Amino acid sequence: MDDGYITEDGRKIGGVVMEMKNITLRFGGVVAIKDISFDIREGEIRAIIGPNGAGKSSMLNVISGFYIPSEGEVFYKGSKRPQMRPFEVARQGIARTFQNIALFEGMSVLDNVMTGRLNHMQSNLFQQALWSGKAEREETANREVAEKVIDFLEIQHIRKTPVSRLPYGLKKRVELARALAAEPQLLLLDEPMAGMNVEEKEDMCRFILDVNDEFGTTICLIEHDMGVVMDLSDRVVVMDYGKKIGDGTPNEVRNNQEVIDAYLGVSHD
Amino acid sequence: MSDQLIYAMEVTLNGLMAGVLYALVALGFVLIYKASGIFNYAQGVMALFAAMTLVGIMNGQVPFSHLINAMFGTHIHHFGWHVPALIAIILTIGVMILLAWAVQYFVMRHLVNQEPIILFMATIGLAYFLEGLSDLMWGSEIKKLDVGLPQGINLWLDEVTFNIFGYGFFVDNLDIVATVIAALLVAALVAFSQYTKQGRAMRAVADDHQAALSVGISLNYIWVMVWSVAGFVALVAGIVWGTKSGVQFSLSLIALKALPVLMLGGFTSIPGAIVGGLIIGVGEKLFDFLIGPMIGGATENWFAYVLALVFLVFRPQGLFGEKIIERV
Ligand SMILES: Nc1ncnc2c1ncn2[C@@H]1O[C@H](COP(=O)(O)OP(=O)(O)O)[C@@H](O)[C@H]1O
Ligand SMILES: [Mg+2]
Repeated sequence: MDDGYITEDGRKIGGVVMEMKNITLRFGGVVAIKDISFDIREGEIRAIIGPNGAGKSSMLNVISGFYIPSEGEVFYKGSKRPQMRPFEVARQGIARTFQNIALFEGMSVLDNVMTGRLNHMQSNLFQQALWSGKAEREETANREVAEKVIDFLEIQHIRKTPVSRLPYGLKKRVELARALAAEPQLLLLDEPMAGMNVEEKEDMCRFILDVNDEFGTTICLIEHDMGVVMDLSDRVVVMDYGKKIGDGTPNEVRNNQEVIDAYLGVSHD
Repeated sequence: MSDQLIYAMEVTLNGLMAGVLYALVALGFVLIYKASGIFNYAQGVMALFAAMTLVGIMNGQVPFSHLINAMFGTHIHHFGWHVPALIAIILTIGVMILLAWAVQYFVMRHLVNQEPIILFMATIGLAYFLEGLSDLMWGSEIKKLDVGLPQGINLWLDEVTFNIFGYGFFVDNLDIVATVIAALLVAALVAFSQYTKQGRAMRAVADDHQAALSVGISLNYIWVMVWSVAGFVALVAGIVWGTKSGVQFSLSLIALKALPVLMLGGFTSIPGAIVGGLIIGVGEKLFDFLIGPMIGGATENWFAYVLALVFLVFRPQGLFGEKIIERV
């Protein structure tokens, strides 16, 4: 296996972490994904773009185990992934956010972020119920990680606030915090900037770059805004009507005629 | 102070105690409803089943003895030993966990994403199944349950109130113990759900399934846990009610008493279940005491439901539920 490449801004990208091979996904008569293959490399920011209904979210759902592909194979860290349920995928170090925010609305921001730590907590039900030394130490240690993530994303001021009271932009950030708290090897973001104002978008962009830079986290994100994608990502997959019509660096796909016709040409935003 | 007022105080006190018991049953409902959106009709029968199992184990009864004897022409009924209450309780907890697992594995697992009414139907089926199972395993005769909880008039309260009012209140020791047990149980449940990892996972599942999956929570595991906790609450309710009035079929009907409590307190609120239970307990005892004689009859049978109904009209979301405003 080759061992990666150097990005335009001089970062070193590693080997393949996640490989999708000939993925097809059908819903009854609708073919949401048609025979798509692509890979995600260690340390890179990989974007999936395409018009509405192109199948981007479906692809993210296949990666995170929420959808089971009708055909095709998923390779994670070099070995073929058997069919897994979403919680098992999460336990393999793949965290995600949702296009339509899925937070625990009734819980505080801190509690939401703490749920991201669940996979890192080993003490069993019995130790927890009796609040043994192990359970207590574990809680403290994980609490520290959660607080670090909260500081990192600059949401200290709302850490005790119930999520249901937060405005949309902050909710998106809390969702990212929860995913980050899991210290994932692969972070999947479904339209992290959708519905935000310019300032919030800039913040979110900065956070995504910082996460990648400081923790070396591999990120695969879906984004609508072409400008944002060009700034953020190292490589881009372009989808249209369930098919892959382009794959390469932002500059490569920007100059790809098929992509211009199908996506950029008709996009007005 | 007038006699009437003093009696009313005694009635109120007893109403509070009864309310605690209602709250205990309602709590079992709330737990499951919060975590899985299922209204568990079988909660009352679970209390019956738990109490039956406890008595059976304590008395060294052979489970399914009728069936075994009918099949093999034998005449065994008892192992001939007695199991101490504490050990029997622990064994019964084990049985309730097993039951929780079976319910999840054989029934609920297959009904994920079904309409609430379907899930409700499934729990009705479960209730009748459990009722039959409990008959088959332990027989249907009324049994006395004595795990060593104190019973009878509380002399201290009797004396204190006599010194103050010149009239001693009758309060049953069992009711006092039940109140303490219920308070401990609620404190433990709240601590568990707020401060432990499993508690956090439980709340997460209750809040959003997708999000819970995305942080690596197994829904099946949590549901087994929730049904186990509900089974444990059922056991506590079964012990208290069983000690009070014997272990018999009518025990399963206490579930019906929990309904008005839930209507009052809201289906998703633990404080609601407690306050609702107390209001119903006090309300029905006081109403029966004050108004009962005027309309000449026992009002305890229906008062709770009518109160809940009136309440529903004015506050459909329950005492602590959030107001639901339809988005248009
Ligand atoms: N759970 C589902 N059931 C049925 N059809 C679905 C489901 N999820 C997605 N689809 C369909 O798949 C297609 C792609 O949707 P999606 O992946 O959400 O697109 P995108 O995220 O690119 O906007 C659409 O036609 C959509 O209706
Ligand atoms: Mg989408």
